[in-house]
Amino acid sequence: MSRRRVIPGLPLSLGITLFYVGLIIALPLGALVFKAASLGPEAYWNIISSERAVASYRVTVLSALAATVFNLVFGLALAWVLVRYSFPGRRLVDAIVDLPFALPTAVAGIALTTLFAPNGWFGAPLMDAGIRVAYTPIGIMIAMAFTSLPFIVRTVQPVLEDLDPAFEEAAQSLGGNDAAIFARVILPLLWPALLAGTSLAFARSLGEFGAIIFIAGNQPFSTEITALLAFIRLEEYDYPAAAAIASVMLIAAFVMLAVTNILQARALRYTART
Amino acid sequence: MRHAKGKPPRVGDRPAIRRTLIAVVLVTGAFFVLAPLVVIAVQAFSLGVGYFGATIAHPDTRHAIFLTAATALIAVPINTIFGIAAAWAVTKYEFWGRRFLIVIIEIPFSISPVVAGVAYLFVYGLQGLFGPMLQSAEVRVLFALPGIVLASMFVTAPFVARELIPLMQAQGRDLEEAATSLGASGWRTFFSVTLPNIKWALLYGVVLCNARVMGEFGAVSVVSGNIRGQTNTLPLHIELLYHDYNAVGAFAAASILALLAVVTIVAKVLLERQGAGRRSRPALAAPIVEAKP
Repeated sequence: MSRRRVIPGLPLSLGITLFYVGLIIALPLGALVFKAASLGPEAYWNIISSERAVASYRVTVLSALAATVFNLVFGLALAWVLVRYSFPGRRLVDAIVDLPFALPTAVAGIALTTLFAPNGWFGAPLMDAGIRVAYTPIGIMIAMAFTSLPFIVRTVQPVLEDLDPAFEEAAQSLGGNDAAIFARVILPLLWPALLAGTSLAFARSLGEFGAIIFIAGNQPFSTEITALLAFIRLEEYDYPAAAAIASVMLIAAFVMLAVTNILQARALRYTART
Repeated sequence: MRHAKGKPPRVGDRPAIRRTLIAVVLVTGAFFVLAPLVVIAVQAFSLGVGYFGATIAHPDTRHAIFLTAATALIAVPINTIFGIAAAWAVTKYEFWGRRFLIVIIEIPFSISPVVAGVAYLFVYGLQGLFGPMLQSAEVRVLFALPGIVLASMFVTAPFVARELIPLMQAQGRDLEEAATSLGASGWRTFFSVTLPNIKWALLYGVVLCNARVMGEFGAVSVVSGNIRGQTNTLPLHIELLYHDYNAVGAFAAASILALLAVVTIVAKVLLERQGAGRRSRPALAAPIVEAKP
């Protein structure tokens, strides 16, 4: 008997796994691809390049970019404060960082809408300042930033915790000031983890639905995200269009998955080297 | 200053920088993360405890709670069994395509819930692969409990497996091999050797899986048909109340899910103290898609 076959249970565990993966994950995705492919290239292209669809890609991608840039700065600052400083309530703040993941998206959606509506706690003062948040792309950005915040904090935090103080001490002994050391020593060390977290946050923002539809206003061409357009096409019983638009989102998800994997593999190699 | 005497202060330890950063982060965090939780509580009780109670006790809300609980009671145990089986298969054996299988298991994390819902429509809907067959057999999958359960299982398929795989990978196969060579059966090896070592991570995955199943909106929204008092889960019921201009009712229903989120976070912190979750993993060495509970 070969060494690797000593432990029993391969047929059962692998059987359950393959059955489940096939039925729950592969079958529906295969059916979606099949449906989209059966449209033929011309009809497919006409649907996915229609003006309304392209406008929805623009709104989704631009809002996701803005949300991700915000989280890059705020997420890094949050991770830094949680790791490097001790203050009363630090552990509580650390736990609350996970709230956007734990809070169902529909609940987050109505809460954010109420806060940022023109008569809301934040919306009213912002309206006085001339900034309308709810029912505009800014609202979409806020919902995306809320739901994807933990990604960047949680990928940067462990790297920051393991950062060897020797790097900073060496830089300090060479006479660098804090800003220079942060920019030229610490940030390059955090960069791979930051990038990995950023791509996770961006991918999540591209696919987010529940938190956004309440705050977005959902006007075609201006505040309609791609996920909602797929949903609307379904409600109109326009199944080919729903399949085509969903397949574009599926392709985007696979591209982001590949990017994330490459970035994480690089980050791993990088941390292993340092 | 938290550092011992004699050591130079680290970057950013100067009181001015330190205080400014803590203040900025806490204020932004309070506005951005804490305020939504506060607004739910305030809105839910804004018309008094009586109205809150009436909303919760309304038959439609009660049915939504029942449907959400039923979905979780079916989907979570099945996903747990799958997670254990998958983790066992990919960590205790070498086989062709093993790495690929791990990637496939993680895929649902990357896919928009709406896309998942649409995909299920093309399997079980009238337009789908099995739709006509199911209709002639008079089996309802979509716009009924089975569809809601299936879509929820897709969205949360990786939750248990992703907690167990890195842990079981790190623990290796020596203990199981020793147990089997001493004559223990596969089941006995699992229950007396493997399970005690993974119980906290397993519970951690189950808690997070349950929270996501109970809160899932996008995928369930596509496959449920939103029939009031029949196929509305709690998140869908919240949307319905909200769009019926019953914001207070929506927030009353939402407060149940917000409470679930708080309980989940508390459970998460307690389990992390037992060594489960991200704290037990080396930085970035987690499987393919990290950081999503």
